Amino acid sequence: MNKEYFEGYASFTVYIIITVFFILSVRLYVIQILNGNDYRDAADSNRVRAVILPASRGIIYDRSGIPLVKNKPYFYASLIPGRTPVDTHGLADLVKVDESKLALKIKKEKNNIFKTIVIKDGLSFKEVAEIEARKSDFPGLIVETSVTRDYVYKTVGSHVIGYLGKPNKQQVEKLQLDDVPPETFIGQWGVEQLFDATLRGTAGRKIIEVDALGRQLKELDVIKPKTGGDITLSLDINLQKIAEESFTDKTGSLVALDPRNGEVLAMASMPSFDPNDFVMGIDSEKWSALHKDKQFPLLNRALQSSYPPGSVFKVLMSVAGLDDGAITTKTPVGCGGEMHYGKWSFGCWKAHGTVTFHTGLVQSCDIYFYDVGKRLGIDKIHKYARMFGLGKKTGLDIVGGEEREGLIPSIAWKQKKMKQPWFLGETFVASIGQGYVNITPAQAALLSAMVANEGLPIHLTLLKGTAPPDESKRLKIKPEVFAEVKSAMYGVVNEGGTGGRARSELVHISGKTGTAQVVKGRVKTETLKQHLRDHGWFIAYAPSEDPQIAVAAVVEHGGHGGSSAAPIAKNVIEAFVKSSYYKKPTESDE
Amino acid sequence: MTVFQINRKYLKQVDALMLILLLAVSVISVLTIYSTTRPIMSSSLQPNYYLKQSVWVLIGFIVLFIVLVKDYIWLKDAGYVIYGIGIFLLVLVLLMGKSGLGAQRWLDLKIFSFQPSEIFRLILVIGLSKYLSSVKSPLDRRSFFLSLVVFGIIPFILIIKQPHLGTGIILFATFLFLVISKKIEKKLLLILIAIALVVVPLGGKTVWKHLKDYQKNRILAFVNPDIDPRGIGYQIEQSKITIGSGMTFGRGYLKGTQGPLKFLPEKHTDFVFSVFAEEWGFVGSIFLFSLYLIFFIRGFDTALKAKDEFGKYMASGLTFMLFLYFLINIGMTLGMMPVVGVPIPFMSYGGTSLISNFIIVGIIINIRMRRLVMV
Repeated sequence: MNKEYFEGYASFTVYIIITVFFILSVRLYVIQILNGNDYRDAADSNRVRAVILPASRGIIYDRSGIPLVKNKPYFYASLIPGRTPVDTHGLADLVKVDESKLALKIKKEKNNIFKTIVIKDGLSFKEVAEIEARKSDFPGLIVETSVTRDYVYKTVGSHVIGYLGKPNKQQVEKLQLDDVPPETFIGQWGVEQLFDATLRGTAGRKIIEVDALGRQLKELDVIKPKTGGDITLSLDINLQKIAEESFTDKTGSLVALDPRNGEVLAMASMPSFDPNDFVMGIDSEKWSALHKDKQFPLLNRALQSSYPPGSVFKVLMSVAGLDDGAITTKTPVGCGGEMHYGKWSFGCWKAHGTVTFHTGLVQSCDIYFYDVGKRLGIDKIHKYARMFGLGKKTGLDIVGGEEREGLIPSIAWKQKKMKQPWFLGETFVASIGQGYVNITPAQAALLSAMVANEGLPIHLTLLKGTAPPDESKRLKIKPEVFAEVKSAMYGVVNEGGTGGRARSELVHISGKTGTAQVVKGRVKTETLKQHLRDHGWFIAYAPSEDPQIAVAAVVEHGGHGGSSAAPIAKNVIEAFVKSSYYKKPTESDE
Repeated sequence: MTVFQINRKYLKQVDALMLILLLAVSVISVLTIYSTTRPIMSSSLQPNYYLKQSVWVLIGFIVLFIVLVKDYIWLKDAGYVIYGIGIFLLVLVLLMGKSGLGAQRWLDLKIFSFQPSEIFRLILVIGLSKYLSSVKSPLDRRSFFLSLVVFGIIPFILIIKQPHLGTGIILFATFLFLVISKKIEKKLLLILIAIALVVVPLGGKTVWKHLKDYQKNRILAFVNPDIDPRGIGYQIEQSKITIGSGMTFGRGYLKGTQGPLKFLPEKHTDFVFSVFAEEWGFVGSIFLFSLYLIFFIRGFDTALKAKDEFGKYMASGLTFMLFLYFLINIGMTLGMMPVVGVPIPFMSYGGTSLISNFIIVGIIINIRMRRLVMV
């Protein structure tokens, strides 16, 4: 052996070893000190998962504190991707989904190691039990819980209450729902949407430590969910129910308000739908059935449909005419059943003879109101109508920005819209609520309420306990005007007028009927096919001497308002009078 | 009786430093294995790896002291016989070995399983040292090629057939290391380099073809860990995450998470260092490195001081081999080398490997103990 050579060789090796240790130490330095923070984050996301604890949604109560919805648990199956490949065949079989779709879903999330994949929505209790029993065969498979709704009264008030649905992409962005888990439902319609921010609450989080298979080991931290705030509506579910039941087999809408503050007591739109169908995510069959239904059950007619108001509009004309001085209560107009203007002829439903204001309104004489219209002119009619909230949105935003504006024509409007001058004949037509004039049932209710409260502007609201309206905003209309109009409206119901069917033993009701033509010309409505018949209107308030409720009802193709809409309004008013918050007027008011 | 006389005479010469290093690493090993395999879920049943390892360490020390009793020279006398038995065992394992994880490495001895390739590491160095110390220096062509076939190629083929690529490569590298330490003819060295330049690329292809899929994957994943973060690149990535998350001072003992939560595969065997590094950080890791470095320097110091040529080859060869294990294991956990399944000496869980490493240390200490004996 060459000893020197060996010694040199061995020493050289030792230097190499020292160098190698140096290199390994540098590598260690890079990993642990230079990049340590990143790796620690990675390690923490390795083992830490946030399980969302869904917040209980606030309860929606009616004005007497009756809950209109309940919360119920909602189950869905998720997969926490682990390292082991998923037996998609077995899994698809277990949760009953299409295997190829499941495989695609998993493949899409393949590199998202720590994100859970929702594989099946809306599990039934039976399915949950089945999955729990076989969970150990599929590492990372978990059943998660969310909260959804049970609408106690089903179809009753569904247009107002609305429903929940999964947020779409735009909503996630707009509402900044980033931290909301995929299976959270948000309000998509009605009160559920309008007060979603209040009702939703804040989801909590359970930070858990999991192993590589996604099994929970221990809880590291719990952030409790904040239950959503409750909402007490101004709606009276009993009134709502009676309103809807009064519409049996009829299509239409009813809006009942407290004329003192604008609180909506009932808002019916028939036919209705059951929001419970939406709870688990509506299936496409039900959805298309709802959409194809010619009666449009999803439409909230109170806000989304506008109709010519017919004679209901004469109330507005009366206020305008008297206030403006265009007429006095004594101004006589002769009605021979027909009025000629140029080559046209305008009819009345009967020959009334000479009428003054009171009989004109009580008997709903068209000729009388042609005259009022002629004296006022369309622009003044327009001005007064706007003052009473006609032809503009109420702003009660429960229909997702799809509220109808209605239409009150003016000279400028026609010029702009049709590039044509206004004709006097059109004023006549407008004066009896026909032609271009179009209002929603909510606006009609507002008109009735503002006559009842004698010109105090109110805003429609669905919340109970709304601040009283601003007295300083009261319309500068002489009280005598309202006294005359209200007296006539009392006559409509109680003095052999067109609204006799609304006469009540319980309470004095004042109102006005309306029949809106669907087809032109005077044809006996009973002889027409259903869909060509006139829309029947009725607006009312009660008690006449101290109005606490104002109602507008419209029955589509119901024929005459006195026979179709008036009984419905009467039902609701009587139910209101029987309710606990009705305050009986003192005798001296009589 | 003579046995004990010798023992008393050399007792003072026992290398206390090496024993302390060994004890320190063994304690670290048991503690780390406990930490990484401790049950996390109350219901989870985990084999008591740390207890088993403790028993192996105890047996290891006993075996080590037994090895010290007799002058290592007997190994030289019995060298070829031992080597023959070693080769026989490797053949036997191929013929009737127990399969595990796609590899045939174990011989089932009823009471316990035994991995001949582990003990063969020692046997190779014994046989080769005997050969090298009995031929003239420098090696001529004939003796070189003879040793290449007998101590290089034959065991390499037998071991990678199991397959155990990592061990095969380490053994072949140890063979080359020892052969070169003998000093070979310059011409031969040049030829060797030339052959290496030709064989490595060409032979690489052939070897690649014969590799198992998982072995190929490991190498592919090493080159590009992003290929499939949940599959083949997973181990490397998880190991780096585990080590890196230790940062400067570590999470603290029993506060590591990646191992016990099973994010890191083979956490108590090949990747036990990663778990240690997570809990003790850069500071702890450097301390551990220092223990190993001192150990390796001590091994070479022993070689330099050995009383005879056989002892020099044995001490340097065994130390170098342990160093290779260390290097490849640490390189693997740090993401610098492909995952080839090589344990870190004295730390990874596993009986055969631990016992044979203790025997190796026993032999090195034995050589040092008797360095002052006149030959």
